[in-house]
Amino acid sequence: MTAMIDITSAEKTFTMHLQGGVELPVVRGVSFQVEPGECVVLSGPSGAGKSSILKMIFGNYRCDGGRIGIRHQGTVIDLATAEPRQVLSVRRSTIGYVSQFLRAVPRVATIDVVAEPLIANGFARAQAREKASALLRRLNIPERLWALPPSTFSGGEQQRVNIARGFISDLPILLLDEPTASLDAANRAVVVELIEQKKRQRVAMVAIVHDDEIRHLIADRIVDVTSFAAAA
Amino acid sequence: MAEPQDSMQDDQPLLVAENVGKNYGRLTACHDVSFALYPGEVLAIVGESGSGKSTLLQLLSAQLAPSAGRVSYRMRDGVLRDLASLGEAERRFLFRTDWGYVHQDAAQGLRMAVSAGANVGERLMAVGWNHYGRIRDTASSWLERVEIDTARIDDAPRTYSGGMRQRLQIARNLVTEPRLVFMDEPTGGLDVSVQARLLDLMRNLVSELGLAAIVVTHDLAVARLLSHRVMVMKGGRVIETGLTDQVLDDPCEPYTQLLVSSILPA
Repeated sequence: MTAMIDITSAEKTFTMHLQGGVELPVVRGVSFQVEPGECVVLSGPSGAGKSSILKMIFGNYRCDGGRIGIRHQGTVIDLATAEPRQVLSVRRSTIGYVSQFLRAVPRVATIDVVAEPLIANGFARAQAREKASALLRRLNIPERLWALPPSTFSGGEQQRVNIARGFISDLPILLLDEPTASLDAANRAVVVELIEQKKRQRVAMVAIVHDDEIRHLIADRIVDVTSFAAAA
Repeated sequence: MAEPQDSMQDDQPLLVAENVGKNYGRLTACHDVSFALYPGEVLAIVGESGSGKSTLLQLLSAQLAPSAGRVSYRMRDGVLRDLASLGEAERRFLFRTDWGYVHQDAAQGLRMAVSAGANVGERLMAVGWNHYGRIRDTASSWLERVEIDTARIDDAPRTYSGGMRQRLQIARNLVTEPRLVFMDEPTGGLDVSVQARLLDLMRNLVSELGLAAIVVTHDLAVARLLSHRVMVMKGGRVIETGLTDQVLDDPCEPYTQLLVSSILPA
């Protein structure tokens, strides 16, 4: 297999025990592949399960069936059945994830929030901070904010911090959940450029974007999630 | 460029629990717990009061003998040993150097009447350090690392605030460069602002030192911030286990769903 991501018949159902055990099917029969340097955009209305699929690829949601093959350090790991330690290893050196909302530790300065993934991978603090500074500057976060924790920032600023944190590592797979949702036109353009750059570095990406213009700019292929609807 | 480290690739577990159980007469405090902890890995044990999590921590740290099963630990020579088979000297070695134990109540883990410097230095003397100047320098640099003003080095911890005491306890534990630290509700009883600072500090120290840790907490936010993996306990049994974000974002068991849904929004 040359694909970085190879998903076959993955499915997910939530069982809500606090609501009398109601079963909430989310997706079924999810199957697609993502090649290096390719950006696949998931489309479909809200609630169709796009974010759930991203979370399954990141190992954040468990899979109830099927297979999520990830090319990791020269072998293929099935994240649907992987041990927690393997999932962590995949996240450290293979898959990056830009979530919809920033979830930062209180009290940690913005620059360190962004630099952290590199430091966790063994980079020297100074080097990681240098790279973080370059990204924050590129995403138009004023330097006077870098020493502050991002919790008091505006929605758009927090999202740009989150993007910087997600883009700082050179990982071969990147998952993007609405990376441009609360950004103005200038910053949206920066994100599009960053995505282009990742493509040139042969990064495989799966993205969710509602903005038609952005989707048109970044998508190499569109996967319609409604075909994976699980409602029986 | 720094060599990327991947301590989780280390395939030798540091601590292994096999079917560990503890009964008090007919009362089962802890039943059939099995897991392996790897170097650099942080495991949170969560559950309500009475779920057996503190008993389990005592079993894992050789303070209680299990009624069933066994706990093994990889000694510094690389050999995995059953804790129950260790001699007194080996046990003391673990407690003094290779392990740390952070108590919820700092007064239990510190000597409240001797100076902060002596509290940290004592662990070094126990492993054979005898040069006063070097001990004091090391103690002082550890106070700095845990953000305690070194001007307070000669003060006794009973004059410290709750948050400072807890940070001093951490310094005392980490000064001997242990490989495994047990923490029992490390942020319990502290103000939220003090908790946030302590959590941030512990998170950094754990990752910088590549420590393995087992953290008992009833606070899911603490588990989320500190741990890689979580075990949920109820009635003395482990009912759900997995990656921390997976268990908290996609809880499967009814009790875990109840715990997660009971978190008050900030």
